[in-house]
Amino acid sequence: MATIAAHVPSTSHPGAKKKKSLVWDLMTTVDHKKIGIMYGVTALFFMLVGGLEATLIRIQLSKPENTFLSAETYNSLFTMHGTTMVFMVGMPIAVALFNYIVPLQIGARDVAFPRLNALSYWIFLIGALFMNSSWFFGAAPNGGWFGYANLTEKLYTPGLNTDFWALGLQALGAASIMGAVNFITTIINMRCPGMKLMRMPLFTWMAFITSFLIATALPVFAVALFMITFDRWWGTNFFQTMAGGDPMVWQHIFWMFGHPEVYILILPAFGIVSEIIPTFSRKPLFGYAVMVYSASLIGLIGWGVWAHHMFATGMGPIADAFFTISTMIIAIPTGVKIFNWMATMFGGSIRFTTAMLFAVGMVIEFTIGGVSGVMHATSPHDLQQTDTYFVVAHFHYVLIGGLIFSIFGSLYYWFPKFTGKMMNETIGKAQFWIFVIGFNLTFMPQHWIGLLGMPRRTFTYSAELNLGGLNMMSTVGVLFQAVSVLLLIANIIYSLKRGAAAGPNPWGAATLEWATESPPVEHNFNRLPHVHTREPLWLEAAEIEDAARGTPDPYIHMPPSSYWPLLTAFGVVLTVALFMTGIWWAPLVGMTWITIGAINWAYEPTH
Amino acid sequence: MHNHDNDDMPVHSGEVEHASVRTYVIVGIILTAITGVEVAIFYIDAMQGILIPVLMVLSVVKFVTVVQFFMHLRYDNKVLSRVFFGPLMLAILVVVAMILLFKWLPKFAW
Amino acid sequence: MAQAAAVTTTHDHGHDGGHDHAVPYTSTGISMWKVGFWVFLGSETLFFGTLISAYMVYKHESVVGPYSSELLDIPITSISTFVLLMSSLAMVLALDALQHQTRKKAVIYTLLTAGLGCVFLGFQAFEFTHFFHEGLTLQKNLFGSTFFVLTGFHGAHVSIGVMWLLILAVDIMRGRTGPKESLRLEIAGLYWHFVDIVWIAIFTLIYLIK
Repeated sequence: MATIAAHVPSTSHPGAKKKKSLVWDLMTTVDHKKIGIMYGVTALFFMLVGGLEATLIRIQLSKPENTFLSAETYNSLFTMHGTTMVFMVGMPIAVALFNYIVPLQIGARDVAFPRLNALSYWIFLIGALFMNSSWFFGAAPNGGWFGYANLTEKLYTPGLNTDFWALGLQALGAASIMGAVNFITTIINMRCPGMKLMRMPLFTWMAFITSFLIATALPVFAVALFMITFDRWWGTNFFQTMAGGDPMVWQHIFWMFGHPEVYILILPAFGIVSEIIPTFSRKPLFGYAVMVYSASLIGLIGWGVWAHHMFATGMGPIADAFFTISTMIIAIPTGVKIFNWMATMFGGSIRFTTAMLFAVGMVIEFTIGGVSGVMHATSPHDLQQTDTYFVVAHFHYVLIGGLIFSIFGSLYYWFPKFTGKMMNETIGKAQFWIFVIGFNLTFMPQHWIGLLGMPRRTFTYSAELNLGGLNMMSTVGVLFQAVSVLLLIANIIYSLKRGAAAGPNPWGAATLEWATESPPVEHNFNRLPHVHTREPLWLEAAEIEDAARGTPDPYIHMPPSSYWPLLTAFGVVLTVALFMTGIWWAPLVGMTWITIGAINWAYEPTH
Repeated sequence: MHNHDNDDMPVHSGEVEHASVRTYVIVGIILTAITGVEVAIFYIDAMQGILIPVLMVLSVVKFVTVVQFFMHLRYDNKVLSRVFFGPLMLAILVVVAMILLFKWLPKFAW
Repeated sequence: MAQAAAVTTTHDHGHDGGHDHAVPYTSTGISMWKVGFWVFLGSETLFFGTLISAYMVYKHESVVGPYSSELLDIPITSISTFVLLMSSLAMVLALDALQHQTRKKAVIYTLLTAGLGCVFLGFQAFEFTHFFHEGLTLQKNLFGSTFFVLTGFHGAHVSIGVMWLLILAVDIMRGRTGPKESLRLEIAGLYWHFVDIVWIAIFTLIYLIK
């Protein structure tokens, strides 16, 4: 963080800017790069929180009939582990990268709505803290990350647990939708001259498609959350069976959101890998157009597969068959990508930097997850596999193997751009291999554990299952993963202090972000570049670098800082939190706060 | 030698075609008329059989008319139509899927 | 209220020379606010679509009354639907007036739009109170829950629109929003028309189709 502050230049206006305190600077910044860093640091912090929750779970499960945790605590731990990893790690870390990288990759100076960008971040931070404060009230959410009704009705979950969950996610969801609107507008409208849609880097394409998924899926979730909140506080009947309410309504609406959600989590990972592999193969991505179309198809078909999470709910053979077929179909565009990454490497001049190791590792581990996924697609198979550890194995292979491997890779790849320093490759490679061992040690046995009958979401299991050995193996893997993550943190700290200086383009990569300084100046590009190719730094480097780092435009206007996003964000979380008072008009207080914030924001000068 | 790089990217936001006041008023009258027809059909017993399809068609016409004329989409860049109608199609899918799953499927025996 | 917050820069496109003051550069020529707002409206269709689907799924499933067939009043709701449609007409006339420099007319039509919106809300309030007196509450049955939540959210959207328009009317009156800033009124208009088309869907699916 210190590195970023030190690089805040007073270049934009004639006359020097007053130096701000770092805290005030961050609280009022609208700079996409700083907001991106804040998202990233916050997400990494919550990754440690979620990791701790997972560690406690694995300790409890290391032997049968263990008494390390009570069932109640266990329920909160697996609920919060899932909720944290999906909403406070997976999504924000993608948004961190969208924030920092997308404007740079399209040759823009910021996002379309900089203050809205800040608002999204602050709602995320304050909302995530609100949700985690529940631990201190002994009311941590305990209904699973998917909050199935009617278990979550007041009758069966009388405490505030479900409310922290539903209300907190309502705020986080709103922040995500705002972010999606921002990125879609940015990508449609702020591409530099020559940057046609089919010339954009693949990471930006994935950001584009992911944002459409967010903008369409999150509103559906918002309705579900309103429905359970109103059931709990205002006595509505959406899931009250006595009044004719149907818990299946929750499941369908939740998974209509929930399935696009997992594509929201993985498409950015596909984007990251599509940047790293070509760079370290010194070859353009194979089949660029196919990669774009297949990702679009995944996004679209992803809206048609949701009930494969419900094969065991008795929907009947017609629904089962339909969703089996649609789920199998979606494996095709996904598989195509795997082949394209391999084809990119084939015949390339390959360098196995840490970033490349994680990217290649991702392709392998994600494919394993994909294979178990296709097994789940077959509904008769799924009746055996669902609600067992086989599912847990599947989604951790795609989410850790797919998403986390990419995120670690993206860190090693873009750290030089964020900080101007290189990360240590020796520590990096050690971290990589330890993580591979630990991750596979934890999750490979779970395929067997699951098929041999151990159910998920249960705080213990009988000794008669004879699964103690495999479970212990699974727990030992956690140790390796923890060591790896600690090494990563150590690497970050070490590299910030002692890392070798990185120039603008230490990897010799092709895309526009590598034309800027490391880290970029506040306004990113001295003059907006004019591109003619997909790999501008490989094919037209001289002109592009001159535009980026040469003589600046005479007048560059950057949006001024503002404290209204932070203030308004408080209002948003306050509104949802006030629901928990039970006083029907209490949320109006928060809404008034938001209105005041919004009006001041609207009248604030931006020139 | 002609550079086509920026073909899909007009730089100048040129004068956008606008509908006239007369057009707006005519559209308003049409919308009122359609609403009137909808209400009338509701009360005509003979039409009850085809009530639903007719009402759906009429309301879609009203919907699209407001979007195209009052909201100006007809005269705007196609990008705006795409970012709106895409999600709208998904929304319709959600409604249809829910109706099928809860009202239609249960009619079939296991 | 919708100020362009786009990052501005001078940019030489090669065929029009340098500008001597900052002009927002866009890849499409469309204003940032218009693009962003249409994306937002796209996402709102999903929100209302899901609420509507909940209503449709629970239609005729209420275990106890009062039921929709007893309570829904088509003649009165037709009038309120007509009022909302006319408010959309007033809205486009307001925008047209502002763009053609007739400030006073713009203020009047904007206030008319907001006023008709209030009339619509009045009809809603009347309907809600009437239903309440007939024994329908949020808690009573599935009809109460789904109907009040769906139309309640719609009404809340209308209310926000009314407040937005009133603020804009004052803005126009004071001269702060003139023809050059007509985008602000246009965006408010998009919001207002959207609320109208959602009502078209609600009126058809909830009231007209039994």
